[in-house]
Amino acid sequence: MAFLKLSGIEAFYGPSQALFGVDLSLQEGEVLALMGRNGMGKSTTIKVICRMLRHSAGSVEFAGADIGALPSHRAARAGIGLVPEGRRCFPNLTVRENLIAAARPGDWDLARVAELFPRLAEREGQMAASLSGGEQQMLAIGRALMTNPRLLILDEATEGLAPVVRQEIWAAIARLKAGTGLSLLVVDKSLRELGSVADRACIIERGRSVWSGAFADLTHETTEKYLGV
Amino acid sequence: MIRETYLNALIMALLLGIPLWAHVAGQPFTITLATKVAILGLAGVGLNIALGLGGMVSLGHAVFFGIGGYAMGILAHHAQTYTPLMEAPLLIEGTKFMPAIWLVAVVVSAVVALAIGALSLRTGGVYFIMITLAFGQMFYYFAISWPAYGGEDGLSIYVRNEFPGLNTLVPIQFFAIAFVALSLGLILSHLIARSRFGLALGAARQNSERVQTVGLDPMRVKLVAFVISGAITGLAGALFADLNRFVAPTMFSWHLSGELIIFIILGGIGRLFGPVVGAGLFILLEHFLGGLSEYWLIYVGAILLGVVLFARGGLIGALSGREVAHD
Repeated sequence: MAFLKLSGIEAFYGPSQALFGVDLSLQEGEVLALMGRNGMGKSTTIKVICRMLRHSAGSVEFAGADIGALPSHRAARAGIGLVPEGRRCFPNLTVRENLIAAARPGDWDLARVAELFPRLAEREGQMAASLSGGEQQMLAIGRALMTNPRLLILDEATEGLAPVVRQEIWAAIARLKAGTGLSLLVVDKSLRELGSVADRACIIERGRSVWSGAFADLTHETTEKYLGV
Repeated sequence: MIRETYLNALIMALLLGIPLWAHVAGQPFTITLATKVAILGLAGVGLNIALGLGGMVSLGHAVFFGIGGYAMGILAHHAQTYTPLMEAPLLIEGTKFMPAIWLVAVVVSAVVALAIGALSLRTGGVYFIMITLAFGQMFYYFAISWPAYGGEDGLSIYVRNEFPGLNTLVPIQFFAIAFVALSLGLILSHLIARSRFGLALGAARQNSERVQTVGLDPMRVKLVAFVISGAITGLAGALFADLNRFVAPTMFSWHLSGELIIFIILGGIGRLFGPVVGAGLFILLEHFLGGLSEYWLIYVGAILLGVVLFARGGLIGALSGREVAHD
């Protein structure tokens, strides 16, 4: 049975329909790449999974339970951790406070996050607003891990970062995949890096899931048709 | 620049030292002024939990101050007139015992804060301000139209209530009570700010939606803070009524809610000692400028303008050189 399963999801922003029937499934411990061009519905799909946006049709199942009626914070407590687009930390809290504020019991604690991102340990007492973009992204990932999720969603985690920092983030994602049983749903534009971690892929086009399968089965024709690369 | 911790210690030393000096020098009025600063500072400390830590700009906190005041007034009135507060279904007598009055003030304020918060926190921004203001006005007009307890004229209590082992009519002894209450309020506020709950509250203030993605319910976090805030302000109201031995509907007035906000802005929003400094400055200005002109609030307005424009961290921020309230 799928760990996360979206079936026939339709969703609206006011009167505008954004999703027209998204189907998506992710097995436990798997890394799924959610792909698509800008404005095709990737972030909207994530909002539906995290219950930040109500769907009008279809169902969302997580760990065998229908989470369609849960509010956002209850979905997070059920085990869905989100690293939102745009490195959204709490700017007026220190690095340590950002991490502690989100903490819930489990394997992930301050020491383990510091092991994954040693730079965060060095900046522990620094305000989040004063961190570099890359450090803020590490903090956003660390904060999501401190909630001890069973599914971690990374929405454009490397967007706008310097190549060296991007490599650091991808290396951390690879370590997460190798060293934990965490399921990952990754949204990113970089096919090469996605290919280094993703087991399966799902492509969204104009609010519909149009392709899904093993990442290795993605052909050049498919990526050119739906992703323009 | 003075480090904020030293500045806070200096403020407490002054607040304690001045009335002690006044006691030795035989100046009871100065002790009364210091007591007023401690009590209004405590009310500000209460509001600061909601406003400074949680970003909830409540223009109705006088509700809790008034509830605390009327809890004292009603209980003491029944005790001094030897009439029961209620006879059926169970007999409830009045009391002159301060701890019992405080307990009632805190519990009733907390319950009312829970009800007001549960409704008001469904909104945000200017709507939150307006709803809390509306609740404040409701209580104000209710108190005016409640003849059993003095209506518009208020209610006088002839003898100050009792505290075991103290003569509360001696100014320095009543000051000691107010000072300890303020100290406990400050300790609680400090513990809240440093706790995980305080961090969650700060996070909810900064971004309500983002905080949900880490599994926190911003509404619940803010509501708990609002209730604690209201309870502390209610305790301050009970002490204030005891200080004056008088309660009146003006304790519910929006002017008082506004003054509490002014204390916090003057001292520094979200700063532990901000409300104490603000209350102290306000009382000093009221005392010295009020004797010169009945329009003394014009000067307060000018100072407030100066602080808002040139000292965003309030007086504590300006003196400590740190605009943002964060240790």
